[in-house]
Amino acid sequence: MAAMAEVVGRRARAGGVPPAFRSTVWFLAVVVSLVLAWELYKVVGKALEGTVPLPIRPDDTSMPHVWDILGELFTRRSPSEPILLVVLLRESMFTLREALLGFAFGTAVGFGLAVAFSQSRLLERSFMPYVVASQTVPLVAIAPIVVIWGAKIGWPVWVSVAIISAYLVFFPVTINTLRGLRSPDPTVLELMRSYAAGRGQTLWKVQVPAAMPFVFSALKISATASVVGALVGELPSSLNRGLGRALLTFMYTFVTGPEKLFAAILVASSLSLGLVAVIALVEHRVLGHRRLAG
Amino acid sequence: MTSAVAAAGVSKVFNPGTPEEVVALDGIDLEIATGEFVSLIGPSGCGKSTLLRLIADLVEPTSGTLTVNGKTPHEARLDRDYAMVFQRATLLEWRTVAKNVQLPLEIIGVDPDDRERRALEFLRLVQLDEFADHYPWQLSGGMQQRVAIARGLVFDPALLLMDEPFGALDEMTRERMQMELLDIWRSTGKTVVFVTHSIPEAVFLSTRIVVMSPRPGRITAVVDVDLPQPRDFDTREDPRYYEKMTEVREALRAAGVGGS
Ligand SMILES: Nc1ncnc2c1ncn2[C@@H]1O[C@H](COP(=O)(O)OP(=O)(O)OP(=O)(O)O)[C@@H](O)[C@H]1O
Ligand SMILES: [Mg+2]
Repeated sequence: MAAMAEVVGRRARAGGVPPAFRSTVWFLAVVVSLVLAWELYKVVGKALEGTVPLPIRPDDTSMPHVWDILGELFTRRSPSEPILLVVLLRESMFTLREALLGFAFGTAVGFGLAVAFSQSRLLERSFMPYVVASQTVPLVAIAPIVVIWGAKIGWPVWVSVAIISAYLVFFPVTINTLRGLRSPDPTVLELMRSYAAGRGQTLWKVQVPAAMPFVFSALKISATASVVGALVGELPSSLNRGLGRALLTFMYTFVTGPEKLFAAILVASSLSLGLVAVIALVEHRVLGHRRLAG
Repeated sequence: MTSAVAAAGVSKVFNPGTPEEVVALDGIDLEIATGEFVSLIGPSGCGKSTLLRLIADLVEPTSGTLTVNGKTPHEARLDRDYAMVFQRATLLEWRTVAKNVQLPLEIIGVDPDDRERRALEFLRLVQLDEFADHYPWQLSGGMQQRVAIARGLVFDPALLLMDEPFGALDEMTRERMQMELLDIWRSTGKTVVFVTHSIPEAVFLSTRIVVMSPRPGRITAVVDVDLPQPRDFDTREDPRYYEKMTEVREALRAAGVGGS
């Protein structure tokens, strides 16, 4: 009895299950459920075929088995090539480089705009409409223009793709950071005023720290956007590199090998997911001591 | 010698000309000599905080003239002549207690070693030096308010503007903080303008009590508290202490405020 109480006590002191472990379990549970739902749809769909209209045909061309998709990752397309997973990972690294540059550039621009807008209502009123309007122009229209202009200027193509990625990244950063910079309690601003603090001091000591939770929310959105931007940016480029090009190629060969496209999609999602996870980790380290962090 | 605060015919109207118009203060004449300890007392909404904020140059008077240490409030603010302790603690949640107390020193440009030393000194004064590395949310409301008081004192301003600083404290802590504040006041010759709802607190601390009434906010009486200095535990047993409390209570009642 006493021994058991001690064990329970020790476990309670250790703080129970760490939250990171719990969220990993949840994540895996969702993945397993999705796989099960996919396969269940195929089984039930085949049984019902011809009796009720189905949105997606449950055959192996439209929806290959999950194990076939995973198996494809470990298959060589030709004897001279490594397995598909390695090929896709190599292309991912190429795309990652574009996405990271786009992410860094877009975040810097987004943050800079937010700081400028927070300092001047006039600037905000004059330029915010264009910031919003920029996002109504479809990316697929902008991407080829940037690639063509970039080529004229003489940029490496992957830099042009990074610019396209930055175009998606900066917007959520601007909007969220601006909200964050405006979030401090008015009394705290009065406190700073009572110290005769300069604008810069108020900005760096109060507004920017107050904005950090907002910034991290934006960065998580922007991280996925940076990958999407890089993928889309690669399509009109003459490059034969990158995950976006791989997706395009496998789309053409979908009928003969649908597993490859799904495999590439899996790798692309993992890439975004990895970036978001890194940001969540940094967020935890930077904001972990705040009460409402998360 | 110039007075610490001099107000002549000062009034403050919020949202003038709109349905939400509020005459927060009307015709305030008040002169506070350097080194005085003046309390403002009056019912909620009579403009005590507004008067402090006018002195602090956080709002502008609608009419009248106001000087702080012989300067305009604006100049006094730029010279960092005063520290304001707000009604709420307003600590920065991402800074530790020590870093919160260091904030004004950082802004003034005191070097880091000095900052740390002085912050710790004033945290010791409010008996929170053990909590230097805690974050504000790990402290009770009363403890947070004591951090805010340390933050006000740390850069040694000549004038202390305190808006119900002890309102959130328990009776024991409150009495101890009152003694500490009186010690600081006596030893440094600072001027204190102190807002309170408590008649005993006002009488115990002040050299003068300004009694105010609401709508519009006016000064209805000024009570001189000529109890002997330094004030200590005996003060609370002095019959004159009770006489003064009665005097203030009657002044409040005469202002149409009722008992309290
Ligand atoms: N920024 C503002 N805008 C509009 N009205 C205000 C503003 N600040 C104060 N008032 C009004 O001015 C009056 C006086 O407010 P003030 O905060 O000075 O009262 P107070 O005496 O400090 O009250 P309390 O004891 O409750 O703190 C109130 O009627 C309030 O509604
Ligand atoms: Mg008030």
